[in-house]
Amino acid sequence: MTQLTFFEPPIWSVTELTHHVHDLLASDDKLQDVWVQGEVSNFSRPTSGHLYFTMKDSACSLRCVMWKNAAMRQKFIPREGDNVEVHGSLNVYEAAGQYQLYADLIRPAGEGVLYREFVRLKARLEAEGLFAPERKRPIPRWPHRIGIVTSPTGAALRDILHTLTRRYPLVEVVLAPTQVQGDEAPAGIVTAIQALNRVVHPDVILVARGGGSIEDLWAFNDEGVARAIAASAAPVISGVGHETDFTIADFVSDLRAPTPTAAAELSTPDRADLLASLDDMSQRMGRAVQSVLNSQRWKLNRIESRLVLRSPQTRIHSDRQRLDDLARRVEAAFAHRLQVQRVHLTGLDAHLTALNPQSVLRRGYALVSLPDGRPVRSTSQVKPGDDLRIRVSDGQFAAQVRDASPDTRPSD
Amino acid sequence: MDKNEYTPVGELTYEQALAELEEIVTALESEELSLDNSMSLFERGESLARYCAGLLDQAELKVQQISGENLIDFETEDE
Repeated sequence: MTQLTFFEPPIWSVTELTHHVHDLLASDDKLQDVWVQGEVSNFSRPTSGHLYFTMKDSACSLRCVMWKNAAMRQKFIPREGDNVEVHGSLNVYEAAGQYQLYADLIRPAGEGVLYREFVRLKARLEAEGLFAPERKRPIPRWPHRIGIVTSPTGAALRDILHTLTRRYPLVEVVLAPTQVQGDEAPAGIVTAIQALNRVVHPDVILVARGGGSIEDLWAFNDEGVARAIAASAAPVISGVGHETDFTIADFVSDLRAPTPTAAAELSTPDRADLLASLDDMSQRMGRAVQSVLNSQRWKLNRIESRLVLRSPQTRIHSDRQRLDDLARRVEAAFAHRLQVQRVHLTGLDAHLTALNPQSVLRRGYALVSLPDGRPVRSTSQVKPGDDLRIRVSDGQFAAQVRDASPDTRPSD
Repeated sequence: MDKNEYTPVGELTYEQALAELEEIVTALESEELSLDNSMSLFERGESLARYCAGLLDQAELKVQQISGENLIDFETEDE
């Protein structure tokens, strides 16, 4: 009996078994990151926002669920009968004992092939150095001419032209029209880029296309297009699809824009900014000139006030005063001197009068001189018998010396 | 700046006019110029600023398209 017990299989609870299956699936890495291709059926999208569908092929089917958050991010929502590729992880919905694919991405079947091509080409061109940052040229700040490679009838061109008119209407625009999807598109895009460089020599080229699926944008993953962009003499701004779309053209261009409108914005300065800056400069000039004027005026005022003190008028007036002053002093001094002179002269006059020989003679003195005219001053000059001339106040006469005797007393 | 060096404003590109205008603003703000020079620079600066604003105030963009090796006018389909 004990032996039988040895070989008895364990008895699981439903939960235990289900957990076991869950763990088995969870432990298989391949199943946690899996792509499945099949046809959609029983598609439902209730108000919860979650997606429920079945994928099937000729023999088997697979239940799938995509939660609302992931569903909202999808660019593509499948319909009944669509052939799709779905990415997700496989596990058990335990309550129902149901394994299912928890999907995070759905795309039309065949895109996988395209995507693989894209990855291969990208790797190849990158290895050649076509995407190198050093290759990328700066976009000119003040473009005169902008070339546009896009469809003449698409929304991309309209958006670009609106944007350029709003931002920088003085730039000249030349369109090189081309198909932007379909088989002829790649050759058309290449021709357009080359023609712009050859005929127009623009300052920058915008390569643009509105949003679409990977197939719609496929022309911009073309190798020829990539090489034409790389070889372009003018720098190229790519604006292809929506924000999240990256094409080979975006990697090889000198600047990638998320949309055609953004490409136009990146190629020009903005008029509003420029006008504000011009206004600011005008104001600065005005203030600077005002400042120069004010400092000149201040200098003039200073000079003026100094001039007033030293003006010719003022100087003449004060000089005149000085002259008057001097004149008065001179007069005064002169008058004084005259007075002094006068006194002096009066004194001299009296003196002279007293000393006048005529006055002396009139007083009774006589001038005695020898016949040769020499005056006789001393008795020693004469002896008795000498002739003398005698001059008195009113004339002269001759005389003779009788005798001479010196005074014994000393003369005065 | 010598008056003889002045290119007529209308012959300048936006970029050239703006560059000259910026030099003038710097020179005026240095306050090292005589009153005469300041006034004549100011006038030149104002005319440059007016010219640049005029270029920006254009209502229409000039759009052409390539046709073979030539350029022709481009007619938009809508508006």
